[in-house]
Amino acid sequence: MKLQRKNRLRALSLGAIAVSGALALTACGSDDTSGGSGGSGEKTNANANIKCDDAKGQLAASGSSAQKNAIDAWRKVYSTACKDVQLNYNPTGSGAGITAFMQGQTAFAGSDSALKPEEIEASKKVCKNSQAIDLPMVGGPIAVGYNVPGVDNLVLDAATLAKIFDDKIKTWDDEAIQKLNPDAKLPGTKIQAFHRSDESGTTDNFTKYLKGAAPSAWSHEPGKSWQAKGGQSANGSSGVAGQVKQTEGAISYFELSYASDGINTVDLKTDAKEPVKATVDNASKAISEAKVVGKGKDLALELNYKPTAEGAYPITLVTYEVLCEKGNKAETLAATKSFLTYIASEDGQNVLKENDYAPIPAEIISKVRTTVAGLS
Amino acid sequence: MDIPSSTTSPTSPPPRHDVKPSQVTPKRAARGATRPGDRIFLGLSRGSGIALLVIMAAIAAFLTYRAALALSDNTGNFLTTFEWDPAGTATNGKPYFGIAVLVFGTVVSSIIALVIAVPIAIGIALFISHYAPRRLATPIAFVIDLLAAVPSIVYGLWGALVVAPNLTGLYSWLDDYFGWTGIFSYQGGAPRSLMTVGILLAIMILPIITNVSREVFLQVPKMHEEAALALGATRWETIRMSVLPFARSGVISASMLGLGRALGETIAVATVLSPSFVINASVLDFGGGTFAQNIASKFNEATEYGRDALIASGLVLFVITLLVNGAARLIIARRKEYSGANA
Repeated sequence: MKLQRKNRLRALSLGAIAVSGALALTACGSDDTSGGSGGSGEKTNANANIKCDDAKGQLAASGSSAQKNAIDAWRKVYSTACKDVQLNYNPTGSGAGITAFMQGQTAFAGSDSALKPEEIEASKKVCKNSQAIDLPMVGGPIAVGYNVPGVDNLVLDAATLAKIFDDKIKTWDDEAIQKLNPDAKLPGTKIQAFHRSDESGTTDNFTKYLKGAAPSAWSHEPGKSWQAKGGQSANGSSGVAGQVKQTEGAISYFELSYASDGINTVDLKTDAKEPVKATVDNASKAISEAKVVGKGKDLALELNYKPTAEGAYPITLVTYEVLCEKGNKAETLAATKSFLTYIASEDGQNVLKENDYAPIPAEIISKVRTTVAGLS
Repeated sequence: MDIPSSTTSPTSPPPRHDVKPSQVTPKRAARGATRPGDRIFLGLSRGSGIALLVIMAAIAAFLTYRAALALSDNTGNFLTTFEWDPAGTATNGKPYFGIAVLVFGTVVSSIIALVIAVPIAIGIALFISHYAPRRLATPIAFVIDLLAAVPSIVYGLWGALVVAPNLTGLYSWLDDYFGWTGIFSYQGGAPRSLMTVGILLAIMILPIITNVSREVFLQVPKMHEEAALALGATRWETIRMSVLPFARSGVISASMLGLGRALGETIAVATVLSPSFVINASVLDFGGGTFAQNIASKFNEATEYGRDALIASGLVLFVITLLVNGAARLIIARRKEYSGANA
């Protein structure tokens, strides 16, 4: 009898633990899902000079997730002025965005990289008698974040970065790093380099930089998927940023906005005298050295990865809006034009800075404005 | 008597201790279909059955068609290449991809999940069906159902933010004592490995295995258990001699249901794993990948062709799942005679 009661008691307490444990677990879970948004708390100037004309209806767009926060910020301002337009931007990724645009599902696509020649050729189908063009609208620095306790300032150059991400420099107290940081107390911790496990425009631009600025140290082809062997990976910008935060010795690359909560970023040693910090202004300076390489109305840019100007931060990402030069769908043309006119305007570009993005330099954005005005 | 396990679903109601399976055979019901109600019901159920086959055939046809498009241009060996580059970034635009790493990762992580989950699930199910008092059994069964209701992305976030960072200690310990096997050697690095994925998958498939096993344990004829008790068997001996043999095939099919979920789990794996196209002998080191994770990671930015390549890998997963289910059916069919159900 006694024995049985004891058993029952034990069973009861075991069960209680199971119940409370599982409840705690589900409670944790629901917390996680709700905390996803944020990063777009900008001050809205109630009325920017936005011309709605006769724009109305649904404006569907999709593509690059890198410009999602920018579009969200713009939409907040734009929708107060033009209440008849419902803008819906779906951050599916550049590739999926371009596909959706080519199939005529969306009015424009957001893309982290300019259209390839074969994509322009393919666009002739959806843009009757015309073709698709790239309009640079959003720039941004790609920051290199690291987690090395006791090191608050870290200077690296392109070749060292390339070797770190290619698994050739393995510890933080490596000579090459020490040479660039004579005053820092570098620990002997293993370097844990993280890259994106999903295909991403950020990876594309980051590897383009490594290849462009240190071709001898980086032998892999740049691309949306990581080509180097070795290294660890995580899903999405928030994934890699999270890993940097929780893993000692970690280093990774992501858009600057992900570095905002307590992640140290690397200062880049360029051909200029002083190492350059990853800031919005410094990125703008580097983008202003870009050349327009698109033909005709196409404003695709080629970035300069070896700037010599002081304070130009060369690891940048320029994202484009992709749409038809002529032959856009009649029912969304007015809304598209009105929205793009706003985001290319001075007010629109100023919104970017408040959201850790870099505005497009004046010379290029004025060309964008002319092109937007001529869309049909 | 038929084996009830294959028809019970994880959402079935909490323990029914005294309800016996109905004795009506399907044959009789079909022959009596003369009234309109019967005919309509027959049509509806037959339609559902046919719809299932049509949907499966449509999926298979779609996968095969798109996969054929991708495979005809692949310059790598689809089965043995350790690379996923359908865009041909490194090879001047020539697609080069293969599934070797994905097969390995999918199978290994699922096996780890089963090895961890099945014993625990059987334990929970036995506790609910044979040990726990009724007023405790019901809430536990409820909590298990709750576990099944948590979306997999939440498991993924929990795994990546809470579980994985806390596994370093365990992995170092495993490395110290079992590192010599090669399977459990640990180089350091964030513990985002196939083992971590396996542990997470184990938690995710626990509810389905538990629920089905519990139902099966409750179906064990009372006579068997009473006979064992009458022979002087202890409770554990009763379970070993009468409950487990009877329930074996049911537990196997429960495990296969769980395995099916583990094989196909997508977003939780993509969040927790640190994927790369290498095969590690050690399950503790980062790297590897699974079919579903790879599709989820690559799909958004993939070109039209890249998507076809991903679909080709999806076809392989489809086939693997089919094989696993077939094997499970075989095992169940063979065990049927020994289950004691005919006694």
